[in-house]
Amino acid sequence: MEQQLLDPRVLMASLYVFALAAFLGYQIISRVPPLLHTPLMSATNALSAISVVGALVMAGRENHHQVSTWLGFVAVVSASINVIGGFLITDRMLKMFKREIPVKPAEKKGRSN
Amino acid sequence: MNIYIELSYLLASILFVFGLKGLTHPDTARRGMLLAAAGMTAAIVGTLFKPEIGHYTWIWVGLAIGGAIGAAMSIWMPMTAMPERTALSHAFGALAAALVGVGEYAERGSSLGGVTVGALGFEIMLGCLTFTGSLIAFGKLYGVVKGTPITFKGQNVFNMALLGVMVGCFIYLVYDSSAALAFYTMMTLAFCFGVLLVIPIGSADMPVVMSLLNSYAGLAAAATGFVLGNNVLIIAGTLDGFSGFILSVLMCRAMNRSMKNVLFGAFGAVSETAVGETAGSMREVALEDVATQLAYAKQVVFVPGYGMATAQAQYAVRELANLLEGRGVSVKFGIHPVAGRMPGHMNVLLAEANVPYSLLYEMDQINPDLSQTDVAVVIGANDVVNPDARDNPRSPIAGMPIIEVDRAKSVIVLKRGKGKGFSGLENPLFFKPVTGMLYGDAKASLTSLAQAVQAV
Repeated sequence: MEQQLLDPRVLMASLYVFALAAFLGYQIISRVPPLLHTPLMSATNALSAISVVGALVMAGRENHHQVSTWLGFVAVVSASINVIGGFLITDRMLKMFKREIPVKPAEKKGRSN
Repeated sequence: MNIYIELSYLLASILFVFGLKGLTHPDTARRGMLLAAAGMTAAIVGTLFKPEIGHYTWIWVGLAIGGAIGAAMSIWMPMTAMPERTALSHAFGALAAALVGVGEYAERGSSLGGVTVGALGFEIMLGCLTFTGSLIAFGKLYGVVKGTPITFKGQNVFNMALLGVMVGCFIYLVYDSSAALAFYTMMTLAFCFGVLLVIPIGSADMPVVMSLLNSYAGLAAAATGFVLGNNVLIIAGTLDGFSGFILSVLMCRAMNRSMKNVLFGAFGAVSETAVGETAGSMREVALEDVATQLAYAKQVVFVPGYGMATAQAQYAVRELANLLEGRGVSVKFGIHPVAGRMPGHMNVLLAEANVPYSLLYEMDQINPDLSQTDVAVVIGANDVVNPDARDNPRSPIAGMPIIEVDRAKSVIVLKRGKGKGFSGLENPLFFKPVTGMLYGDAKASLTSLAQAVQAV
C-alpha cells in the first residue's frame, strides 16, 4: 500500500478528493437548518466512524506484532459503537421532529392532572 | 486491488453525500440517514472481503461488542444526556482513528515515506487530543469535572510550549520515519494536549468545543484515509471535519466571540467586572398572577436555556403550551443558537416532548415578533437574554446577539434561585420593571402554572 501513496499521482488524486469533499461538505452542511444541528452532529459522527474500515483490516490481517491485532480489535469495538449507536440515535432523534402534532384533548388533560 | 471492494467504497461515498443532503430538511432527514447507513454497511461488507484479512475471530467479536454497546447507548440514553453521549462518541471515533494509526506505525513504521508519515502524524495528533479532550468535555457535561474553567499560571505559555514540542516531534518524524521515540513522544503529548485544551473552557462554551471536537474527529478519520490510501475515509472524514468546523464558526458568531477567545480566553473564570448599573431590585411574582397573565395573553413566547434541560422541564412546558393553545393563545418558542450545551440541543429536547417544529423559531425570526408579545417566559436561560450584550459595550458579552425578551410587554423568568448565570454575569433583565421572577425548579413551576391556568 505504501508504494501507492509514494506515487505522487496517487497523492495528488487523494488531495483532489479531499478538496472536493471539503467543498461539497461546506455547500451541503451550511444548508442544514439549526433545528437539525444536533442530529447533524450525531450523523457526521457516525460517518466518521468509517475508520472502522481500517480497523477491520488491522484486526483481521497477519500482523508482525501481536499488539497491532489488539489495537485493531479495540479500534473495531470503539468504531462500531459509533456506527451502530450513531445511526440508531440519529434516527431516534429525527423520528421526534414533527411539523404538526394533532392535539388530542384527552391526552392533554390526562397528563397534567 | 479488487474492483468490487473499491466499488463498494464508491457507493458508500455517494450514499454518504446523499444522506447528508437529506439532513437539509426535516422531512427528508430520516430517509437520508437510512441511505447513509446503507452506505456504511456497503463499506463494511466490502472491507470484509479484503484479501489481506486472514482470520475473522477478532473482527466478529469486536463488531458484536461494539454494536451491542452502541445499540444499548442509543436505546437507553435519555435525550437530555445527548451532549454527554455526543462527547463520548467523539472520544470513541477519535480513539479508533488513533489506534489504527499506532498500529500502522508499529507494523511498518520505518518503511513509510515522508508524506505517509505526515498524514499518520496528523491522524495520531488529532486522534489522541480529540480522545482525551472529548473525555474531559464529557466529564464537564456529566459533572465529574468542574464546569468552570480550570486555569493555572502561565497556562497559555505552557500549552504553546507543549504544542511546540509536539509539532517538533512531528517534523522530525517526517524526516526520519524510523524515530520511534519521536512518534511515541508525539502521541503522549497529544493525549496531554487534549486535556489541557479543554479544561480552561467553561461549560457555557461547550457548544463550540463540541463542534470543534467533532471536526477534529472527522479530520483524524480523513488523515487515516491518506495513510491507507482509501478515498471513502477521506470523503467521510472530510465531510465530518467540515461539518464540525462550520458548526463551531456558527456557534462563535452566535456569541460574538472569536475562536481564539473561546479556546484560550478562559471565559467565566473571573467575573463581575464592568457591570455597573444594575440598580433596583428583582420583583418576585406570584404563580396565580402569572397564570392569569398567560391565560389572557394573545401571544406567549417561551425562551428555553440549559436550565430547561437540567430540570427536565420540556414535557411540563409542552403541557402548558398545549393548554394555552387550547385557549387560543399563540404560542412560540424562541431558540438561541448557543442555548444549551451543544448545537441544536433545545430543538431536540422540545421535539422529544412533542412540540412541533413549526413552533420553534430561530433567534432572527423571533426577535421582530417580541414587541407584539404579551408575555415572554424565560426558562432557565440567562446570558442569551442578557440585554447588557446589546446595551453595555463594556460588558464581557457585549455584541453577542440575544433574544430580546425585554421588548415584550411582560417577561417572566423561571429561575432556581437568585444566583448568577454560568458566566457569572449579573443580568440587568432581572431588574427591569417589565420582568417578574418566579423562583423554584422550572419543571415544578411549569406544572403548577399549567394547573393554575386550567383554574383561571
